[in-house]
Amino acid sequence: MARILPLAEAVAENVRDGDTVAMEGFTHLIPYAAGHEVIRQGRKDLFLIRMTPDILYDQLIGVGAARGMKFSWGGNPGVGSLHRFRDAVENQWPRPLEIEEHSHAAMANAYEAGAANLPFAMLRGYIGADLPKVNPNIRSITCPFTGEVLAAVPAIRPDVAIIHAQRADRSGNVLIEGIVGVQKEAVLAARRSIVTVEEIVDELSPPSPNSVVLPGWAVSAVAHVPGGAFPSYAHGYYPRNNAFYIRWDEIARDRESFTAWIKENVLDGNPEDFARHAAKKSSKAA
Amino acid sequence: MTDFTPNEMMTIAAARELSNDDVCFVGIGAPSAACNVARLTHAPEITLIYESGTVGTKPDVLPLSIGDGELCDTALFTVSVPEMFRYWLQGGRITTGFLGGAQIDKFANLNTTVVGPYGRPKVRLPGGGGAPEIASNCGRIFITMALTKRGFVETLPFVTSMGHGEGGNHRERLGLKTKGPTRVITDLCILEPDPETKELTVVSIHPGVSREQIIANCGWPIRSAENVIETPAPTETELAVLRDINARTRKAHEGTGSGKEAA
Repeated sequence: MARILPLAEAVAENVRDGDTVAMEGFTHLIPYAAGHEVIRQGRKDLFLIRMTPDILYDQLIGVGAARGMKFSWGGNPGVGSLHRFRDAVENQWPRPLEIEEHSHAAMANAYEAGAANLPFAMLRGYIGADLPKVNPNIRSITCPFTGEVLAAVPAIRPDVAIIHAQRADRSGNVLIEGIVGVQKEAVLAARRSIVTVEEIVDELSPPSPNSVVLPGWAVSAVAHVPGGAFPSYAHGYYPRNNAFYIRWDEIARDRESFTAWIKENVLDGNPEDFARHAAKKSSKAA
Repeated sequence: MTDFTPNEMMTIAAARELSNDDVCFVGIGAPSAACNVARLTHAPEITLIYESGTVGTKPDVLPLSIGDGELCDTALFTVSVPEMFRYWLQGGRITTGFLGGAQIDKFANLNTTVVGPYGRPKVRLPGGGGAPEIASNCGRIFITMALTKRGFVETLPFVTSMGHGEGGNHRERLGLKTKGPTRVITDLCILEPDPETKELTVVSIHPGVSREQIIANCGWPIRSAENVIETPAPTETELAVLRDINARTRKAHEGTGSGKEAA
C-alpha cells in the first residue's frame, strides 16, 4: 500500500546509491521536483533509464550522479543538444557515462515486458540500423511459428521508478491524464516506486474516460508536490514552459553556469519551490 | 513573384506532398511545419500522429516538443507510448512517416546518432528515438533537410535509420515490404530515388536555384533524373499560412508560458 510521505522521506526510503532508476514522463508530467530531491540527497552511481532523457537527466548527469544511462533519444526537444550529456559522452566530464542506447519502440516494448514479468521484449525493429552493432543488448529471436527473425531486447526492471501525476486520493491511488507516456509500465516494471502529485483529494472522481489509474497497492510512496513537473507540465493544471527549455540551452552549455544554476535552484532549493509554478486552471479538489 | 526564403520553399514543397488520405507520423521541426501547412491548406482531413501518443491532432501553434499539451488538447484521441509503437506504427496503420536528420547519404539512410566513432564520438547527437522503426514500418517515408555538404555526405558514420541501405533491392532482401524514402525535399530541390539503383537524383529544382548550386552543396556527385522540372513557387495562400503559424509559434514559445495562458 502506498505511503503518503513528504518528498524527502519518499526519496530517502526508496532511492539508494547504485540503483537503476527510471524517471519517466514523455514530455508531459516529468518528475523534476523528485529528481532534484535525488540530487540534493547526493545519491550516486545511479544507472538512469528513460526514453527521452531531457533537461532532468542533463542535470543528474551534470552533477555526476549517474554512472550510466539507458535511453532512446537524448536531446532538448525542439531546441537541440543536451550539453551536460554531450560533455559526459565526449569528454567524460564530470565522469564517464556508460550508455545503452535503444530506439523508442524497443524501450516501450521493454517496459511493457518488465510490467508483464517477461524476461525480454520482441519487436519488428532495428532493420538495417547500426544500433545492434554497438549494443550487445539488442539481439534477435526466431518466431517458432513463422520463422521470422525479430529483434529482442531485455525487459526493463528498474529498482525504482519515479513519476509525476495529477492526483492521488488519501489511500494513494493515483490518476494520470493526457499524454500518459510509459509511466504506468515503468511503475509496474519497478521494484519500488514514487509518485509525486499535484493534488491529494478525497475522491479521484470524476476521472476523464480512459484515464490511467495506478492503485495504491501497486505504488510504494506518494508525495504531494504541487508544480512538481515544472518546466514540463501537468495537463489541466499548468502548461509546458517552452521558454525555459529554450533558456536551458544557454545555462547548460558551459560547466560554470550549469554548476551555479544547480547550486541556486537545486542544492539550495526545496520541493516547495515548485508550488509557485502550479497555477491550477480548474479545481477538481473536494 | 512574392519573395520567399529557401526554407519557406522547402516547407511548402514538403507540405504539397501530403493529401487528405495520409495518416502521417510527424517529426518535430520542418516535418511538423510541413504537415500542419498541408492541414491548413489543401489537406484539412489529414491525420497527424505524434509519437507521444496523440492521434488526429490539430495544433494551432507548432509544438516545440513531440509532447506539447497543444497536441493532446486538439487530438481525436491520445494513447500510451507503447500502444503508439506497437498497434499503430508496427501494426502498419501509418501511411507516411516524415523524418529529418543530421546527415543523409545517397541511398537516403539517415544519421542522428553520432559523428565520429560510436564509442568515442566527435559529436554526440540525440539518437534515433522513433526513427529506426518509423523508417521500416510506415508505408513510405518523406525526408526534409536543408541541402548542405555537412548534411548530405558520401558515407554515414552511423546508420540510425535505414533508407535504401546499399541501394537496389536491399530493403526487399531484408524482408521489408514498405517503400522506404520516396521523396527528399530540400531547400534547393527535390530528390527521388532512382527506380533501379535507389540513388537519390534531382527531379525538381526550386525557382531561382541553379544546377551548380545543388552540385556545390551536396557531398556526393549528385545526378539528375531525365526530366527535371521547376518546383512551382509558393502561392500567396501557402506563404500566408506558413508565416501565420510560424508567427503564432514564435510568440507562444518565447513567452514565459505556452501561449494557452489566456484560456
